[in-house]
Amino acid sequence: MNRQLLLGAEAVAQGALDAGISGVYAYPGTPSTEITEYIQRSKHSRESGVRSSWSTNEKTAYEAALGMSYAGKRSLVCMKHVGLNVAADPFINSAITGVNGGLVLAVADDPSMHSSQNEQDSRVYGRFAMVPVLEPASQQELYDAMFHAFDLSEAVRLPVVVRMTTRLSHSRSGIDRRTPLGQNPLKAEYAPERFVLMPHNARVQYRHLLDLQPMLEELSESSFLNETVEGGGAVGVIAFGIGCNYVMEARRDHGIDCRVLKIGQYPLPRRQVNELFDACSTVLVVEEGYPVYEELFRGYFGSAKIRGRMDGALPRAGELTTDLVAAALGVKLTGTAAVPGIVVNRPPELCKGCGHRDMFEAINLVIREHADHHVFSDIGCYTLGALPPHNAIHTCVDMGASITMAKGAADAGLRPAVSVIGDSTFAHSGMTGLLDAVNDHSPLTVIIGDNATTAMTGGQHSSASGSKLVDLCRGIGVEAEHIRIIVPLKTHLAENVAVLREEFDYDGVSVVIAQRECVESAAKKKRRAAATGQ
Amino acid sequence: MQKNIILAGVGGQGILSIAAVVDQAALKEGLNIRQAEVHGMSQRGGAVQSHLRISDREIFADLIALGNADLILSVEPLEALRYLPWLAPGGRVVTSLDPFVNMPGYPTMEEIMSELGKTERPVLVHAAELAREAGSARASNMVMLGAGAPFTGIEQGRLEEAIGALFGAKGQEVVDINIRAFRKGLQLSNI
Ligand SMILES: Cc1ncc(C[n+]2csc(CCOP(=O)(O)OP(=O)(O)O)c2C)c(N)n1
Ligand code: SF4
Repeated sequence: MNRQLLLGAEAVAQGALDAGISGVYAYPGTPSTEITEYIQRSKHSRESGVRSSWSTNEKTAYEAALGMSYAGKRSLVCMKHVGLNVAADPFINSAITGVNGGLVLAVADDPSMHSSQNEQDSRVYGRFAMVPVLEPASQQELYDAMFHAFDLSEAVRLPVVVRMTTRLSHSRSGIDRRTPLGQNPLKAEYAPERFVLMPHNARVQYRHLLDLQPMLEELSESSFLNETVEGGGAVGVIAFGIGCNYVMEARRDHGIDCRVLKIGQYPLPRRQVNELFDACSTVLVVEEGYPVYEELFRGYFGSAKIRGRMDGALPRAGELTTDLVAAALGVKLTGTAAVPGIVVNRPPELCKGCGHRDMFEAINLVIREHADHHVFSDIGCYTLGALPPHNAIHTCVDMGASITMAKGAADAGLRPAVSVIGDSTFAHSGMTGLLDAVNDHSPLTVIIGDNATTAMTGGQHSSASGSKLVDLCRGIGVEAEHIRIIVPLKTHLAENVAVLREEFDYDGVSVVIAQRECVESAAKKKRRAAATGQ
Repeated sequence: MQKNIILAGVGGQGILSIAAVVDQAALKEGLNIRQAEVHGMSQRGGAVQSHLRISDREIFADLIALGNADLILSVEPLEALRYLPWLAPGGRVVTSLDPFVNMPGYPTMEEIMSELGKTERPVLVHAAELAREAGSARASNMVMLGAGAPFTGIEQGRLEEAIGALFGAKGQEVVDINIRAFRKGLQLSNI
């Protein structure tokens, strides 16, 4: 087959399709979004009926993937690292139940926080759940690892995690494909002793998970993702996933001769690790993410033999580079040109004509009439409202937190208590918080910026917008006369200001929905219509 | 053969199309490719960059090491300067002279020219003007690709073939405009 140029995320998607998945479940999140988008676009998946529309959040996605696996089919579930916090409950428990059809979780971490709130390392979750984790180092490895992941998942009957990071996910490379596999047949078996996690079953299942661990370690010893690159010298390197690329690059660029143990499958292959530590007097631990294994190797009392992120050989936080790894291997780097002083930052901004701009203008006019003018917000394009010229929001913590934090602040006595959230985020995890507020009669105004899409991540389908959003708020128990719809446009400013003023003054739960399509997705639709019209 | 190229610009200016053309051409040449790009937050009018590496040997890292870029190809003059720490000794800067001002504190063109002038024989291109001459201001990224082409190590024919493939779906006229734009850029750099 011809070599194909694919992003790392797309290699995961193509690998999963070729490994015979029957469905993908996901909620968008940079840098994982492109996996599902690729499957949605793929002709192969349409023809073979691979199910691929967006889920409402990562938890619903994970559970649906588990259900598909229960029914005997292979399923893929994708999310960004913080999405796994949302899906952590089903994830951890699915290690106890185990799986039937192969279940693979592709999770994308974001070291250096290119577009995230933190740089948490999903490998910790893998250890926590005690399931196999694969960490491929290249796009080709990602593709190949998908076959391996599904086989492994079915062999040990556990979910398997494929961890990648922004750099690999958003970088292209040529991929050689294999012959695609067919899908599994439908095969649902009654196994309440595994799937009903009442304590008497769960204890047995947990014991089984513990008993599997030595075998998982054994499987890592023979994995194609773990290998030793021979070399001399007293300093050895243990390099994990993409970290190994920087080691290999530095080794070649600077003519460093050192032994390298490349790790791409966990739990760690104990024999190979022991060999490295026996052969070398110093070991540099190169991990893209938290120093998870470095900390383990050091132990509580430390070890002078080990170098890495925890002793400053490498920086404690942020993405690795070839230069950082070369320096850790003792290379004296010659200085390069500096960025000239005249180069100012160019921060991202809301698009020209974006409805969120008009929404913030109206909010600012009303909220600043109050001495306390805190605005609790959320994650989406509208988070850019924190920057000049808007300076309109004061919090952004995790998806859905705008409503619940505003509720807590209202309960504490803060007036007005205002929340700003997007339609997709409201569906993701805003609804439940609104129910809390309604049940508690917390005086709170929730402003939903309904642009009819999940814009921040590139315009994916939103689970709830338009009339569905109104119906949801109504169903949750917000009074009809306090569900207000405004159109965030300059020409409606006076009207919008009046509506907001009324609702900020109302001593109960109100929802103001600012309804206007994202201009970027409207333009995209137009381009698509023009292209198909030709 | 190994080329490390940094593509620079502002979100929405079309540097990923430049990357796509070079990628396809390199793939046809049977070369190895790594091309890291920026998605997500930084697309909304923020600075965007792509590390593009092509080689006949194995490429390990998706990122170019500091001081290792053979070419900085920028569709915006200030953005060309942002990545100077990556420029190799003797590496070249090829940049458009059309400023994209969407933030306070943007320096004067004189200041920018003076910094660009400190690099080795920079190729400075009035890209929008040449693109308009070619038939569409939107083709300025292809003007820039043309201007950078001699430094990519890939021959003109291969790149034009890839331009044809990229724009083919939009009809022959769009392909022709982009090829013309590419050639106008190429003329400036062909020494
Ligand atoms: C748990 C979690 N999942 C996914 C993301 C990535 N993400 C951030 S905002 C967002 C959606 C934004 O959509 P919406 O709320 O409709 O706002 P818009 O961008 O359209 O204004 C997503 C998917 C995240 N930060 N956290
Ligand atoms: S993508 Fe849409 S929602 Fe996001 S800033 Fe642009 S117009 Fe606004």
